[in-house]
Amino acid sequence: MIRTMILGGALALASAAPLAAHDYTVGAIALDHPWARETAPGQKAGGGFVSIHNSGKTSDRLISGSTPVAAEVQVHSVNMDGGIMRMRRMTDGLSIAPGETVVLKPGSFHVMFVGLKQPLKAGTTIPVTLRFQKAGAIRVQFAVQSLIGGDHGSH
Amino acid sequence: MARTDRLRLLVLAVFASLTPLALSACGTAPQNKAEGPGSAPFTLSGANGRPVSDYTLKGKPYAIFFGFTRCPDVCPTTLARMAHLRKAMGADGAKFAIVFVSVDPEHDKPADIGRYVDLFGTPIIGATGSKAQIDAITKNFGVFYQKVPQPGGDYTIDHSAIVILMDRKGHFAGTLSDSEDEKASLAKLKPLVA
Repeated sequence: MIRTMILGGALALASAAPLAAHDYTVGAIALDHPWARETAPGQKAGGGFVSIHNSGKTSDRLISGSTPVAAEVQVHSVNMDGGIMRMRRMTDGLSIAPGETVVLKPGSFHVMFVGLKQPLKAGTTIPVTLRFQKAGAIRVQFAVQSLIGGDHGSH
Repeated sequence: MARTDRLRLLVLAVFASLTPLALSACGTAPQNKAEGPGSAPFTLSGANGRPVSDYTLKGKPYAIFFGFTRCPDVCPTTLARMAHLRKAMGADGAKFAIVFVSVDPEHDKPADIGRYVDLFGTPIIGATGSKAQIDAITKNFGVFYQKVPQPGGDYTIDHSAIVILMDRKGHFAGTLSDSEDEKASLAKLKPLVA
């Protein structure tokens, strides 16, 4: 509880001061603004989004993840060519080139929480461990956001 | 009630089977029924347990979108956008219906769809149907969908991400694109409710 509050405070500080340190770092990988969409009771999957920066000299890959709230965490791509949405599981993971920032966002990449054990409720956070090929594992809190109020893609 | 619904379904089914014949038999004779997306009758199962059809939707313009509840990205983005556009229209926002059709009836039962559309804070009509009904309505509206197996035995569904607008007579009235700005979408919605 206290830990959540401290984390909440840290997040608030981070968003108030854009030039502040990243939300999370492991090795050369920095993660910012992890968020997820709320889901309905019975809904089996949910999407998570986060900004990933690689400050290292070699590329790294987001290969997998895990969370107590779902059976699996998968890395997905979304392609919107020709007005058709095509979502694919990226079994080889998502490459983060040296010096680059890859933003997982609606209409692009996301992590999918597959086999949700409980609904993702707006206003709560869910603990997720993301695994990078080189940097290793990092535990991140995804903030669950409401679907009311329009598109969250602008975050 | 069930009897009335069954009768209505029967009437719809007869109408659906006669329409193509009538069209081909009449040749160049003028038709009251418009052609184009959504022009054929359709029936689905609504999230509330009642049928959703061209008949039940008639009388109010509607925006219809096809997707599935396990779509974590484009579907919620689109429905949240529709809810936002309705809000931006003020009092006129209540003058059109938003319809979400799941093309994944294998996984999405009507009650699941009801709980899903409830997340968006505005009334959305959720519906799905048998595979035959989904095949018929997607063909009717010119919407693409395809089940795609994924590694690990699961599947995803590729589908058109377009929002189709229908006027209060049930005639095709245009589409909304996710790439256009709010102003462009509102300019298409406003004449529908005027």
